[in-house]
Amino acid sequence: MNIVKTENLVHEYERRDEEGNVEGITTAVDHVSLDVAEGSFIAILGHNGSGKSTLAKHINAILSPKEGTVWVDGLDTAQEENLWEVRQRAGMVFQNPDNQIIGQVVEEDVGFGPENMGVPTKEIWERVEESLKAVGMYEYRKHSPNKLSGGQKQRVSIAGVLAMHPKVIVLDEPTAMLDPNGRREVIRAARGLNQVEGVTVILITHYMEEIVHADQVFVMDHGKIAMQGTPREIFSQVERLKELRLDVPQVTLLAHELKNSGVPLPDGILTRKELVDALTSLKT
Amino acid sequence: MQTGRTMLKDITIGQYYQAQSLLHRIDPRVKIGGTLIYVITLFFYKNFVGYAMAILFLALVIRLSKVPFKFMVRGMKSILFLLMLTVLFNLFLTPGTPVISFWKLHITQEGTTLAVSMVLRLTLLVIGSSLMTLTTTPNNLTDGMEKMLGFLKVFKVPVHDVAMMMSIALRFIPILMEETDKIMKAQMARGADFESGNLFARAKALVPLLVPLFVSAFRRANDLAMAMEARCYRGGEGRTKMKPLKYQTRDYLAYLLLFIFAAGSIWAGRLHLPMLMVGLNN
Repeated sequence: MNIVKTENLVHEYERRDEEGNVEGITTAVDHVSLDVAEGSFIAILGHNGSGKSTLAKHINAILSPKEGTVWVDGLDTAQEENLWEVRQRAGMVFQNPDNQIIGQVVEEDVGFGPENMGVPTKEIWERVEESLKAVGMYEYRKHSPNKLSGGQKQRVSIAGVLAMHPKVIVLDEPTAMLDPNGRREVIRAARGLNQVEGVTVILITHYMEEIVHADQVFVMDHGKIAMQGTPREIFSQVERLKELRLDVPQVTLLAHELKNSGVPLPDGILTRKELVDALTSLKT
Repeated sequence: MQTGRTMLKDITIGQYYQAQSLLHRIDPRVKIGGTLIYVITLFFYKNFVGYAMAILFLALVIRLSKVPFKFMVRGMKSILFLLMLTVLFNLFLTPGTPVISFWKLHITQEGTTLAVSMVLRLTLLVIGSSLMTLTTTPNNLTDGMEKMLGFLKVFKVPVHDVAMMMSIALRFIPILMEETDKIMKAQMARGADFESGNLFARAKALVPLLVPLFVSAFRRANDLAMAMEARCYRGGEGRTKMKPLKYQTRDYLAYLLLFIFAAGSIWAGRLHLPMLMVGLNN
């Protein structure tokens, strides 16, 4: 069984005028079917309004499907009695770090999830400690979240989810409001969770550099899955990505342009090192 | 033009003073209950022996708290006007044996003692309660109140929810302050004027500040509610505590000490001591 599975998922938003009459319907997620294998690192990519955040909220049962079904660890998210179980197994980190930290002290915020689940006091402390250590924020446990940087706040948010012992963590554009340093910190923490703790990570983003290490990438456009594959497969289709209004990493773009102008390079070059290697091998 | 910034920076919510002391470690319930008992006992005294005991007790507790005395005095500034008004009214309007008279005003002996006792009572009351807020974090205070008022749940009062709201409000105050500051600066950069004009003009200038602030506050509230639900928050039912309040031996001892003080000072404060009575002096 896959850890997250959606089948023909549809979600619609109703637009209403001032009297509350339905003016029109926007289909944010349009018949999406996807499978996520346990322990994998998945990236969902898309520009603004592509429906990627709506899809994410379905995995955490914040939204309920209009049509189709979502299963998290075998539990149907549409069933009322599964609600809390689903939310515990699929944790979610949101975009704005300030609007998701509840506690006034870092450790209290991390303890919030376990408190809600009714975990005994002693175990809460153990979970808080291990979660904060996992994201490298243990020495800040007594600090006020207001004094932390954006990247640190997001790591605290990740720890807060981790303390609930989820099987999947959905990160909904966790880096959108951060500077490049903060972004790197958060992505490193997310990869750490995936590799060290074995948690399935679903990263939603519109930064291409962040998906380089993913096992599988889904590109969304107008509520549908437009592309799907490994990062290398995705990046080899530069023209298609441009059509979908996504930025291709500079190195990949450069390799693509070189290839177009006649330099025999392989498709889907992801890192600077790969490009250098490919170019030096050409000389010989 | 930097008044905006300094003005907002100066506002502190709660007035917690960080220190390592016995008083800081004591259970917040003891401190809330203790303050209440202390304030009530102040109203029982009929002679100055009671006040002397109350002053002594407070001095002892302040020593224990390790909070510098000037922080207590700071709280007094806000009631200075009230204090002076009380003194004036009591001095001149209490009927009794006149001591000094000029024109139509008489200062009576009864008035003098009454004024002194009022000043003592108000001062002790303010210092006593600010000592509580100085030594307890706002978070701890809400926790203590939640636990103390827990019995109200029987009457369907949403004690947990109110406490949660209070602690969230406390968490968001600095964030909203910063936001106000940002909006203010953005508007000043475009020529908005928050500092000149009469009161009415200044209040009017605040409207374009408040609108975006409210919009953003609602958006934040929406996000936060979603984040809390995503972390399985469903009210106080079935919730455990990471830092549960538990009475220690020192807390029981503190209660005992308080009780001894309250009983002792009320007893002494109501003795009939001719020279030390408040008000009527016979």
